[in-house]
Formats: sequence, C-alpha cells, structure tokens
Amino acid sequence: MVAGTAAPEVGTFEFAGDAEIMLEGTPLALQVTSALVPGRTLFLTIHILGFTSFAYIVARRLVPLLRAQRDLRFDRPLARLANVLKFWLGQWKHPRYKTAGILHILIFAGFILLAIRAFSVLIVGVSENFVMPSLSGSADHVYQIVTDYAATVVFICMIFAILRRLAFKPVRYTVPARYGKAHTADAIFLLSLIAVLMMADSLFEAARTANQLHLSESNELRAVLSLPWLLQVGFASLSVPTLGRLYFAAYLIHEVTFYFLLCYRPFGIQFHVETSLFTVFFAKLDRGTLKPVKWGVPDEHLEQVKSFGVKTFEDFTWKHMLDFYSCADCGRCSDNCPANSVGRPLSPRFITIKARDYAFQHYRMFGNSGYGKPLIGTIYSEDEIWSCTTCGACEEECPLLVEYIDKIVDLRRGMVDDGNVPQSLQKPLKALESRGNPYGKMEKKRAEWAKVKEFQPTCKVKILDGKNGADTLYFVDSITSYDDRMQAIARATAKILDHGGANFGILGTVEKDSGHEVRRFGEETLFIALRDHNAEAIRASGVERIVTADPHAFNALKHDYRDVPPVEHISQFIARDVRAGRIEFKPIKDGVVYTYHDPCYLGRHNQIYDDPRDVLDAIPGMKRVEMKRCRDRSFCCGGGGLMLFYESKEEMRIGVKRVQMAAEAGADVIVTACPFCMVNIEDAIKVAGLEGKMTAIDLTELVEQQIVFEVPAESEAALQGV
Amino acid sequence: MARIFAYIIHKAGVADDCAVELIAAAKKIDAAASPTAIVTGWGADFDAVCDSLRTSYAETWKISNEALAYPNAELIRKALVKVLPPESIVLVAHEHLGIDLAPGLSIKTNASFVSDVLAIDGLDGTDLRVVRQEFGGQVSAHVRCDISSGAVVTVRPGAFKPVESAPVSGIVVDKSTDAGELTAGRRYLETIAAEAGDVDITKHSILVSIGRGIQEKDNVALAHELAEALGAAVSCSRPVVDAKWLEKSRQVGSSGKTVKPKVYLACGISGSFQHLAGIKGNPFLIAINKNPRAPIFQVADVGIVDDILEFLPELTNKVREMRRAA
Amino acid sequence: MEILVCARRVPDTSENEIQLNRAGNDIERDDLVYSINEADNYAVEEALQIIARVGGSVTVVTVGTEDDEEILRREMAMGASHGVLLSDDAFYGSDGRGIATILKAFVQRGKYDMILTGVQAEDGGTQVGGMLAAMLDYPFASLVNSIEVHDSKKLKVSREIAGGNKEVSEIDLPCVLSIQTGINEPRYVGMRGIRQVASAPIPTHAASALGIDPATVGETGAKVKRVDYFVPVLGKGAEMLQGSREENIDKLIELVAAKGGLK
Repeated sequence: MVAGTAAPEVGTFEFAGDAEIMLEGTPLALQVTSALVPGRTLFLTIHILGFTSFAYIVARRLVPLLRAQRDLRFDRPLARLANVLKFWLGQWKHPRYKTAGILHILIFAGFILLAIRAFSVLIVGVSENFVMPSLSGSADHVYQIVTDYAATVVFICMIFAILRRLAFKPVRYTVPARYGKAHTADAIFLLSLIAVLMMADSLFEAARTANQLHLSESNELRAVLSLPWLLQVGFASLSVPTLGRLYFAAYLIHEVTFYFLLCYRPFGIQFHVETSLFTVFFAKLDRGTLKPVKWGVPDEHLEQVKSFGVKTFEDFTWKHMLDFYSCADCGRCSDNCPANSVGRPLSPRFITIKARDYAFQHYRMFGNSGYGKPLIGTIYSEDEIWSCTTCGACEEECPLLVEYIDKIVDLRRGMVDDGNVPQSLQKPLKALESRGNPYGKMEKKRAEWAKVKEFQPTCKVKILDGKNGADTLYFVDSITSYDDRMQAIARATAKILDHGGANFGILGTVEKDSGHEVRRFGEETLFIALRDHNAEAIRASGVERIVTADPHAFNALKHDYRDVPPVEHISQFIARDVRAGRIEFKPIKDGVVYTYHDPCYLGRHNQIYDDPRDVLDAIPGMKRVEMKRCRDRSFCCGGGGLMLFYESKEEMRIGVKRVQMAAEAGADVIVTACPFCMVNIEDAIKVAGLEGKMTAIDLTELVEQQIVFEVPAESEAALQGV
Repeated sequence: MARIFAYIIHKAGVADDCAVELIAAAKKIDAAASPTAIVTGWGADFDAVCDSLRTSYAETWKISNEALAYPNAELIRKALVKVLPPESIVLVAHEHLGIDLAPGLSIKTNASFVSDVLAIDGLDGTDLRVVRQEFGGQVSAHVRCDISSGAVVTVRPGAFKPVESAPVSGIVVDKSTDAGELTAGRRYLETIAAEAGDVDITKHSILVSIGRGIQEKDNVALAHELAEALGAAVSCSRPVVDAKWLEKSRQVGSSGKTVKPKVYLACGISGSFQHLAGIKGNPFLIAINKNPRAPIFQVADVGIVDDILEFLPELTNKVREMRRAA
Repeated sequence: MEILVCARRVPDTSENEIQLNRAGNDIERDDLVYSINEADNYAVEEALQIIARVGGSVTVVTVGTEDDEEILRREMAMGASHGVLLSDDAFYGSDGRGIATILKAFVQRGKYDMILTGVQAEDGGTQVGGMLAAMLDYPFASLVNSIEVHDSKKLKVSREIAGGNKEVSEIDLPCVLSIQTGINEPRYVGMRGIRQVASAPIPTHAASALGIDPATVGETGAKVKRVDYFVPVLGKGAEMLQGSREENIDKLIELVAAKGGLK
C-alpha cells in the first residue's frame, strides 16, 4: 500500500520513487508495459524510418535486376516449392559441414520460430496489449516457451560462432590477400548484433515477467533455464520503476537493433537472410544443362543477337544477380573447388563476392548508377574464368543453391565473342571446326580403332552408313576414337556390347565431336554446328537408343542435344546385365585393392554413383575401398575435352591431388569410367612419382578383362586363322 | 656462262661458315666455276674478313663504306646493284640477312629468284635444276629456275659440304667507289641482346636438348635430371620456348643460340632445319624420337626409336649407377 | 593509317597429313583443309592492333580464286575492313615474282601507308614481301617481330636475328614488312564472326582492271617452276640402334663417353 497517496489515474505513469508491490487489480499504470507509452511517438518514428529505409534500400538493390537479362524461372512452381521445403526450410545441405551446419540449423530454426515474437514485440511498442491473433491462450503459452529456448539457443550459437571465428578460424573463411582484407571483423560485428538482439528480446520479456510476478498477476512462466528465465530470476528484486526503465531500454535497443540489422543486411552477406528464400525458389531445376545464350531466343534466331555472353554486369540474368546478393560467404564452394585447391586463380566464392561488390559500388543508394563496364580485366581475370573445369562441386556444396557453371560459361561466351581466347585453345577449336575433332586428325581415321588386327575378327563393329542398321548406337566421341591409349576403351566397350547381345553400330567417319566442352568453353556457334550435324546423323541412322563410354558425350547427348534417342552410359548397360545375371565374371587377382573414382559428368552431374560400383562389386574377390571424397563429393581429375589443352597457372596438377587421395585410401588401382579421367590420372601417377605403385584402369577394360566370354565355334576358328 | 658471285656474311672479323659452302654450291651449278666473293662492310674487322677470303676465293670484291659498318640489307642491296655485272648469279646464305637482301636484289637486277635451296642438280640449258623443301620439310620438290637473265639463289646453310681443295691465293678487288653514296629508307639503330639466362648453353660440351616430344612442362624435369647426371646442360628447340617451358636463352637454332658441343642429344626433336642451323662444329649427334621417320635421323650420327618419356629416366638411372660404381 | 596485308590460303599445317599422291608427283590434295597462312594471320592481327592505337583501316588482299575468299572473310571477321580478291586465269601458276607483280599493280591503285606480308608461306619462299618492296621502291624489313608507330612518316621496327637478338631500325613510310610468327597473340575468330561477314562484298579485280600484262605473270611469266614433289630416298642417315632399351642405353653411354662426353 502506498501510504498517503491516492491511487494514480489509469493511463498515466509517473517515474515515481520506489513503488511498492501492488495487489491484484492494480491499474495498468503500475504495469511495466505501460512504461512504453511515453515512447510511443519515438517508437513509431523508428518504425516508419526503419521500414521506409529498408524498403528504399531493397528497391535500390532491385535496380540492377531490372536492367538484367531475362531468366525463365517461373515454371514448375510445385517443384520449386519442393526445393524451398528441402533446401531452405529443411536446410538440407548444411550438415555437409557438421559444426557450421548444426550451428546454422539452430540459428535458422531459432529465427523462424522467433519471427512471430519479433513482430509482436515491435508492434507492442505502438499498440499495447497487442497479441498476435493466431496465438491465444495455451497456444501462446507454448509459443512463449519455445521461443524462450529459441532465443537462448540463438544467443549461445552467436557466442559460439564468434569464438569460432576468433579461435578456430576454419580455412575456408580465409580471404587470400589478392581479394582484400579479411571478413572476420564484419562477421563478428553482425554476430554480435544478433546476440544483442536476442539479449534485448530476453531482457524485454524478462522485465515484463518479473513485473507480472510482482503483481502476482500472471501465470506466465518463462522456459526454465532459458535466457529470459535467468534474467527474470535476476530481476526478481528490482522495483517496478526500475523494471519499467529496463523494459523501455530493452524495447528501444531491440527496435533499433532490429531495424539496424534489417537495413544493414542488404549491404553485406547477411542479405541472404532475406534473399535466400527467393534464390532457392528460383534455383535451377535441370541439372547438367546450360542456360541458352539468351532465354527466349531459339537457336535459329541467335544470329540476330548482337552480343553473346556476359561482358558487362548487366549481361547477367536477374537470377544470377540475385545469387550475388545471396552468397553467405561460407566458403564451402571454394573449399571443394579443384582449381582453387591447386592454386589456380579461380575461387568460386570470390566470383560471387566480387560481382556483389561490383553491384554495390556501381548501384549505390543515391545517385546515378554507372553501368556497362567490362568485367574481364577489371574484377575478373581471363585465367580465372578459363580455369574452371565445370566439375560442379561448388554448386553441389552451396547451401543456397547458388549457380556457377552458367555464369562461367556466360563469361566465356563473352570472351569468345570478343575474340579473347587463349592461343592454346584456339588450335583445338580450329581443328574442331575443320576436322570435327580437337586433334586435327583426319575424319577418315575416326573409326580406325575398330580395324586393329588383333581386335577386328573378334568383334565386328558395324558402321551405320545407311547400308547397315542397328537399334543401338555406340557414340564413341573424339578422344576415344583417336587417342592411342583410349582406343582400348572403345574396343572394350564394343566387346561388352557384343557380349551383352546389343545390336549396335557406330557412326564412323560421319561422327563429329559431341561438342560438350566446346559449349562449356563458350563457343556456342561451333557447338550448335557440331550438335546439329551429329543429331542429324543419329536420326538418319534409325537407332532407338545410344550408349557411350564417355561421360561428357553422355551428358551432351542427354542434356545439350534435343530430339535424339535416349542415351545411357556403358556402366548402366553393364549394371543391368549384372543384375539380370547375364554376366559372369572371373575372380579377380588377389591382393590388389581397387578404388572407384566418380567422374564428374557421370556422378555429380548425372547422379550415377551405384551402377559402376555394383558392377565392380559383382566381380568375385573384388576388394574395393572408397576415397574420402567420393560420390557427390568426388574430386575432379582436372577436366576433360578442351580443358586438356588449356594451361593454367597452378601450383600442382589437379590430377596429382586426386591420385594422392587414392594412395591415402590404400588403393593400388584406380578404376574410372571416363577417358578424360584416364588421361589425367595416368599422367598424374607419373608426375606424382607413383609409377609402379599405382595403376589406372577403365571400367570397361576391367569388365572386359573379367568377363567370361563364351567363344562360339566360328569365332574361335577365325581367331586361330589370324 | 654467267659469272657466279657469293655474297659473304661476316661478323666480328670472321666470315660465316657458309662462305666456303657457297663455293661448293657454285661448283654444282658449273663444275668449272670459280665464284667471286663479294662482301660489304667497314673497318679493321672487315679488312680481316676480306683477307681471310683469299685462301678460298680466287677473287674477292670488296665494298667498303662507312654506311655499311652495320650490315643493313637495304644499303647492301643498293651497293650490290651498282657493282654487280648484269645477268650475274648471286649465291647467298638463307639466313636473316640473306632473307632480307636477296628477294629485293633479284628484282633490282632483273634476275630470277629461288630460295632455301638444298641441292643443285645442275644446268639444263638456261634452267637451273634445284631441290627445295615445302610444308615445313615434309616433302621435297624439284624446281627449275630460268637463269638466262641472271639469278639470285639463297642456299640452306649446311646443305652443301665444302669441297676439299688446295688453298688459293686470291686477290681482293676494291669496288668501293663503284658503289658510291649509299642511303636508304631504313636506318639501323641498335641491337638488343636476348636476355641472358642462368645457363649459357654455348659453353657446354654436352647438351641434352629437348623438343616438342617432351610433351609437357612437368616432363622437362626428366631432361634436367639426365643433364645433371651427365654433367651437361639442357637446351631446346623453338616450340619448347614458345610454350614457355624453358627460357629463350636455352633455345638452339637460327633464331636462338648457336652451339658447338662435343655431344648433342636430341630428345623428341624432329630436326627442323632452323633448329639444326644452330648446331655447329659437327658434334656427335644422338637422336631419340618416337617417330622413326623424323627428319633428325637423317642428320644424326646415332638414332634410337623410343619414347623419350620412358627412355630418359632409365638412361639417367644407368648413368648414375655407373658413376657410383666408378 | 591505311594498312594492306597480303595473305594466302594454304593447306593448314597442323590439320593435314602431307603425303605424296599415288602418282608420286604431287601431294595428296583430296582431304586437305585450308586456312590462312599462319604468318599472314599474325600480320593481320598486328595491323589491327596498330590501327586500334593510331586509327585507320586494314585491307586484306589475296591472289587466287573464289575458293580463297574464305580467308578474306575470316580476316574481315577478325576486324579487317576490306577484303579484296585478285583473280584471273592469267594469274594461275605465277611464281613469287609474278605474285609480287600482281600485288604491286593493286597497291599502286590505292594509297597504303604500310604493307605487311607473312615471312613465308607453306612453300618457304620468303620472297613476296621483299620483291614487292623492290618493285615499289619502298623500304623493306623482313622477320619483323615488333612495330612501333612513331609518326605518320616513320616506324621503329625490330627484326629477329641470330641468337634471339633483335635488330632495331627506323624505317620510312610507306614501307613493306614481312612479319614473323609469334609477334603477337592473334585474337580468336569463330564461326559466328564469319557468319556475320558472310555477305560482306569482296571486290574482285582481274588482270585488265589492274593493268597487268598477262605475259609477265602466271605460268607464262614464271621463271621458277616446281616440277614435282617427292620424298627423298633416305640416305645413310643415322646408325639406328636396334637392341632392347637396356642395350641401347649401354651403347649410348659408351658412345658418349668415347666422344669425350662424360666428365
């Protein structure tokens, strides 16, 4: 009882001295919540300022997107929604890095859960007793408990994250000197602010609860051992006015911090908080494909397009620009990039960060934006863009589904359009144009591999030239046709197809390079010429399906070519035969340890991981180990196609790293299913000094070696006659 | 028979090796010919050159003019045009100066021109029958050149072996006044020396030389290892420098260094003449190449058909073994 | 600056196997692919780089037939403003001097500050540039590996000479230069670029339009004629070691030591 004073009027509050604890039925005035009332105008002003600033900032950030190229991303909304549920809400890719992954999942979950509470808190400042319409009674109560823990967890995570940045410093966060200074200070600043936000929120809730307890009014219980709970316990002895001041202060801090973060986020990597939902929704649905030169412009009309590829920032599509905004700087992409790991000038993370910084510098909050400046030679170097092997490890890793290959290819298209192609690539490109293969070898020798003396009688390889027909086409492609070493793969494949009873043939001298790398190196026009030529030849041959032993050709025929029969890789063919029991294998030599290297264009891009493994495991006595980096984390061999001609500045060969991984896993033999992997790995074995200790073999060669062939009488005679 | 002249290229007081080869070439045109040396220059070094030619050439025409102190082909041509009798046959070495000088000289003297001749099969009336190469040496061609109004012929250095003959005591005829005043639209400024590398290949008596057959930068180490075991130096042909696998200072050839080792190991080198032009002094030449038809096997003393990427490491090991045993 | 580049269409050096034909008198021509002579391509690139610095335009000219137009288009796709074909039956079989005569007639109809050729084409002639210069009375430099434009009257050029050294000279304009490969890094020209110039007009001039007396060119005027192609019977050449690798290695070491090689 306040002695000697009349009860204050309802609706007013005086910062009087120590108010004593009131009994039930105390007017609102003595509730801490009314401490906010005097600040209402201030709070409202902050709301309006904060919100309009945010809206303005976002609008300015959208400006370059309005100048960007089209990107058709509004199709298949259900599939897109599924992606959102899996990758955004479900944080599917995060656990690939355990510590950071778990941290982020907790923080993300906390944010989602706290979202409603945060809004309630903000509104309360201008409209007291506001309660979110959906939460009433016990629902509200449960929500309160959950969010108490959420705030606590987020707070702890912030502290942990800050300490991690300071003490443990994961390598992938490092900023190499040429890209500027470290991002640590900024990261810690943001993490601290979030911690402050959580603290302010907890203080706010704690103050109110403490007050309620004083008034013995509520049965509002805070979640036990949560931050608000701890604070509220600490506040037990505080007077109402003090609590009121705390309440006011906490509110103000909360509001200011909230709006500060809201407006600060679009200036850095934290923008991903807002943009991630959209980036994931609009993410690419079709793996293995490339974006067309211009969305909405069919190949026949490409001649009218003035400029190919990305030369200036505005040549990117709006989705690509959105990607630049959405990068969270986690470094997972670069951590898995084979080019980056050997010191090539490419770091996918910085492809994005540099572009984002470019956008920030040229599209400022105020004033006109300068645009149309070339990117190559300013933020990007030529070697940086040519260094990419298009292995897709970066895209596989990115939790936000940021796309890289399309951007690199677009940048290459721009350089090709400008004639800016390294001399080492000009020769094979010219050879592809005149001879249909990058080696400049004569067309008429493309099928010579089938005519080798020891091979020809054992396996007839039909040439589908109109006189001969078949239902299956074996698409050999250039390296397997012309390279002395790789021709062995062709012969092994032919034998396997023959044994499997396939009625197959090859296109022979009419076949040209599939053009897979031609396209990925930005020479779209030459690619279209090769594609159209091959597609016509394929259709003319009348085959119903295509098989190939070259994953690059496989990917091209599957995704880059249209209107051709379905294609499969030889490993799928063999696996099917194995499962049907049509193949019998001899037991393999004892004491040899094998490991399977997933080729990028078979594994990661097309997700064929198990078929080759099933085939290997079907060989009796097979001892197989997995390398640490396998399946979708397989480490690129160094690249195929035109990549074999390009010389980047690097500290070591990419292939050497891979071969060392195999040695580490205890393997004696590396089995691969791609001729380019074979080139790189066999080369790397020599360079790494492992000759004699390690060998490489193609899946087809191993299978052919181990198959129990039944030798029909006629063939036997032919063999003996040779 | 028209008079045959041999234009002599010289440097630092010494006539180029080709000087005596031109005599052999002249004799192929006409066995009885006694070609006249014709030489331009200025100063004491130049005088020494003219003197030295006396033992090989019966007659040497000397054109001395200060403007010719540095061999500027534009000026030389003007001098020769004034001095040469009509319908002469002029032989020049097919090298930097020869290429610069000869074609224009043929026009100004109204003579026919044929370049980079490897062999001369003789005269057929007024047609000189020669052998040239085309397509980078992949094919040879028989060529006829009408010399009725004279000819300028550039001759591949090293293609004509000097003939043994008794030394003559020739005379030097001074034709300087006939040449008169000399000016031209091109003026020599300076010579920029190639960057000196860390190794001077011209000073080594064994060279392990690599060509395109080394295939990649990383394999260059194989050559270094062998060179180290042998106490040799690593040199190379032009493609290796173009690919930036070795510095220019290691290049042997007409646009690189001239070397005079005792032993020259040509590993994965095809044997283009521009490369061979850099090898003087008739070293013992061992060629190792995957391709049994590589032109280098024509000029090598010993040839081995093998893959250098496998051969070299084994050779290195054997040499090391031997040294340890010794 | 108006620059003229004299170019030639030749069988591509890296994409062909040059072999004798069955009759043994010519090379097998059935399967050949052609492209612009490599050194001429470097010359065009150099010309384009020069005009990018000082302004002007680049014209590419060739002596040949309709088939040769493709190289003109390719260089136009690269950036040359004009392509010109000099074509006449009378030109067929010209020797180097004949080609230079034809080119000279064309040059004199125009006004060019600089005329560039490649050092040599597939026949290794190394002659057209020098001959053209002498016919025009222009100063000449061969094996040029660097060009600096000082003003409209002079250039500074450097030539590749022995030992990898460079001979630097000043040369008056107009002049003729023969360009050595490796002088620059030619830009890439792809199918798209060529398609874009596919319908650009290429003026063609015959002998009469150029004022050329047919007797001075072509087979009639040629003083140098190729009789045939052949592959020489391999002479003695090297002593080929025939043993196993090990045996060869031993023999090799023996020989090297004997020749004073091992220290």
